[in-house]
Amino acid sequence: MTERPLATTDGASTASRGPWTQRPGWMSQHLGTAIIGGIIGYLFGHWLGNAVSSNYANIVNSGQNSIADALALIFGVVGWLLGIGALNYPLAKLAGRQPGKETEVQGWSKYFRYSTNHKTVGLQYVVGVLLFLFTGGLLAMAIRTELLSPTTHFFSADTYIKIVSEHGTIMMMMATSIVVGPLGNYLVPLMIGSRRMAFPRIEAFSFWIFVAGYMVIFSALPYGGFPTGWTGYAPLQTQAGPGMVSYLFGFAVIGMGMMAAGFNIAVTIINYRAPGMTWSRLPIFVWSILATAALLTLATPTLFAAGLFGLLDKTAQTAFYVTEHGGSSYLWENLFWFFGHPEVYIMALPGFGIVGEILPVFTRKPLFAYKVGAAGMIGVSLLSFFVWQHHLFQSGINPDMRPLFMLTTELISIPTGFIYLVGMGTLYKAKIRFEIPMLFAMALYFNFLIGGVTGVFLSDVPVNVTVHGGFFVLSHFHYTIMGGLLFAFMAGLYYWLPKMTGRMMNKKIGLWHFWTMFIFFNLTFFPMFIIGLLGQPRRVFTYAKNLQGLNDFSSVSAFLLGVSFLIFFFNLVWSLYINPKKAPANPWDSLGLEWQTATPVPAHNFDRIPVILSDPYHYSEADAPAVADLGDDDRVPVTSSHDGSGAA
Amino acid sequence: MNETHHLRRMTTIWVVLSVAADLLFWFLVGPHVPPGRMTDTAKANQFDFNVLFVIALPVLIGVWIYLAYAITVWSAKRGGPDPVGGESARTNRTAQVAWITITSVVVIFLAGFGTVALVADHGSGGGEGPNPVWSPAGAIQAETAALAGRGTWSPNSNQVLPVQVIGQQWKFTYRYPTFGGFESTQLILPVDTTIAFNVTSLDVIHSFWAYQLSVKADANPQINDVAYTKTTQTGQFTVRCSELCGIWHGSMYNYGNVVPQQKFLQWAQSTEAANAANTKNLPPFAWTYVPDANGASGGYYPDGTATPYSTVETYGAKQPAS
Repeated sequence: MTERPLATTDGASTASRGPWTQRPGWMSQHLGTAIIGGIIGYLFGHWLGNAVSSNYANIVNSGQNSIADALALIFGVVGWLLGIGALNYPLAKLAGRQPGKETEVQGWSKYFRYSTNHKTVGLQYVVGVLLFLFTGGLLAMAIRTELLSPTTHFFSADTYIKIVSEHGTIMMMMATSIVVGPLGNYLVPLMIGSRRMAFPRIEAFSFWIFVAGYMVIFSALPYGGFPTGWTGYAPLQTQAGPGMVSYLFGFAVIGMGMMAAGFNIAVTIINYRAPGMTWSRLPIFVWSILATAALLTLATPTLFAAGLFGLLDKTAQTAFYVTEHGGSSYLWENLFWFFGHPEVYIMALPGFGIVGEILPVFTRKPLFAYKVGAAGMIGVSLLSFFVWQHHLFQSGINPDMRPLFMLTTELISIPTGFIYLVGMGTLYKAKIRFEIPMLFAMALYFNFLIGGVTGVFLSDVPVNVTVHGGFFVLSHFHYTIMGGLLFAFMAGLYYWLPKMTGRMMNKKIGLWHFWTMFIFFNLTFFPMFIIGLLGQPRRVFTYAKNLQGLNDFSSVSAFLLGVSFLIFFFNLVWSLYINPKKAPANPWDSLGLEWQTATPVPAHNFDRIPVILSDPYHYSEADAPAVADLGDDDRVPVTSSHDGSGAA
Repeated sequence: MNETHHLRRMTTIWVVLSVAADLLFWFLVGPHVPPGRMTDTAKANQFDFNVLFVIALPVLIGVWIYLAYAITVWSAKRGGPDPVGGESARTNRTAQVAWITITSVVVIFLAGFGTVALVADHGSGGGEGPNPVWSPAGAIQAETAALAGRGTWSPNSNQVLPVQVIGQQWKFTYRYPTFGGFESTQLILPVDTTIAFNVTSLDVIHSFWAYQLSVKADANPQINDVAYTKTTQTGQFTVRCSELCGIWHGSMYNYGNVVPQQKFLQWAQSTEAANAANTKNLPPFAWTYVPDANGASGGYYPDGTATPYSTVETYGAKQPAS
């Protein structure tokens, strides 16, 4: 695949910079140098930590030194970033020197480098999130194995709780990026008619720090794990061993990536829309990514700060969360959920965007109530900041606020309902084509409905007394995140991979994947509502004997759900490498701007910045008008994407 | 087929199925829905669950019927793109307004209903923290008297019984301030009595979940989390920890019993007498306890000045002069 070099990233035109040069192999930075940098940083940090804190009595007594652990991880991440080349540009600028020329490497090795091309980053993210997903999924299999029997234990109680914690944390962190990372980075510029993201270096940074965060969180396991679940409640957090350091710092690292990604995407959508791409012509997927980016930017700093407070408690003997010394365990609960609830919508909104984008294509109808749908997404993201205390209904904090938080929580189902209005209106009298992406999109409507309705039960304080902290809530959020977001992600992958890779996914294997995933997802998680109502708390390694039947049913279904992911991975390998079939230019007959460019997408996306003429949902007209004027050869090409194209 | 036919057909199916499902649920399943009817709170919370379910079922059925109808009636023949034009491609303002209005009305009704249920049922068995705002009659007097060591409880007196729940890794223990503050691993309660659970923790956050009583209150160190319920039936109930509290969280459960009042009095008095020597070595009864300077390996001391309804004073731990 031949690509032209990427546009310079500071806005100057390519021509003024002279030719692009390839750095000699030994000087170029890639995954290998990043790993070396990470290891050197880790060892240095560990040595430094031991050197500065070796007089502390607690080290003598416990054999553990969380200062060394924390510094090792911090320097490890810095070494990783140095190794991949993320800091070349800022360091050169800091030193007052003009940064050297940056090279966009051609060929497959660009995927292992600090690439500032949004399409490369998008594909890097695809592999990254799938790796994350696969790791978390394996841990889920381990959980369901343990729960096969209340009396025969496959793992010790200690190992089990660490598996549960690692599963939750990895999945949550994966789910924040699963759509925004791969599809958001790849598609947003193509959909809004831009040649690139606003801050390509920050974009590359967000990916490579995401990978570092994954490794930091995973490092908890060799450190001995952490026993707190993904919620990390103090004082258990304060009490926990060195694995907790990985959790706290891992959140901070991933948080940096989330803030960077959110900021970059929001600025791109606001400022880099092509001429004519008015707000009312913006694809619904871009609306959802904008709402998500706003949440990422505004909510994540709370998590970042909360994680650092915890890290200080564990290393520098501060007492943010230590009640005996004047701190408060409620502080963590509030900070965590003040991030944590917007986080839930970070994991829901992109899914709504994907199905909103897919439905018109496969129903051959305009998107119903587009404006209400966009308003719904903005409404959800605003309201999501005012509901966090519903996680604390039984925690003992200010009871008089409960009616208020019950109201705000239930209000959020109004804008969420808009998404159903959009979907059902679009299906009305449609000509539905049941391609794989459409099946996954319709499955979202089925699954998320159950997740949403059970959410209303949870928000009702009297009912919450029974369902809080049990398998009911566990099933509820798996229905929304896995049944919603993950199904939407699969819809998006099947839909856009032909654009991203130039190859079609196999439909027959895809059907097997869809049906096994849909059926076994429901068979795994639906019994958990009943298990929860019958009194099984979350995160337990043992349970009442009379619940074994339901738990076994759920476990066996979960294993088969795992098989459906193997089918998916097989389909990926089969369709992309073993038996690749070239994708048509526009396999789904979509009107979306992203399908109007060549495949593979040229480095600059568009030869000239397109002029947007209409929204991309004019499916009702037999001869739909062109969505954009992509430019004719006899026109003067627009050379810069910085032409004040902010649109009307 | 014109527009009204589709909608009329779907509406008919929806009404029939919804009414049938709601009736079946309400009369067949409803009375057996957890947490049962062992206390006033359990009964009220079961009623709330059933009301929500009866509202939720038509919503679920409505969307499912619509999806099923769309899949069977509106699927396309194989072949190229087949654009849908005309009236059905337009955005229908009436449908939008109706949708938004109906969802808003349902949601606001549910919030109002939940609030009324919560307030009328004295916090619905949830932990209200150290400053409960929905206390049943007589609760504050009983709690204040109990803390001062002047609490009394006798059968048929309609008095509120304060019980302290102490979460610790990894068990619950219970103190009975009206009976000299003895501590037990058994949770025995009198029937037809309003119980004020005072839930606290010695280490990390636990959650006291008396499943059949429909009581759930987080146990926070140095916080007194108060929850109320009124027992109405005798029998056994399960207590589980429902907040992750470390390695043995899964095995942090035991069973309690609601017994006739006279039987409870006998048990309480005999346990008080049998435990008298041990009780003397316990920290004096208080709503919260703090570890001494040696941490959990040392002793626990009560916060002597704390009252059940002061958040401020629960923080001011008083350690005895060494």
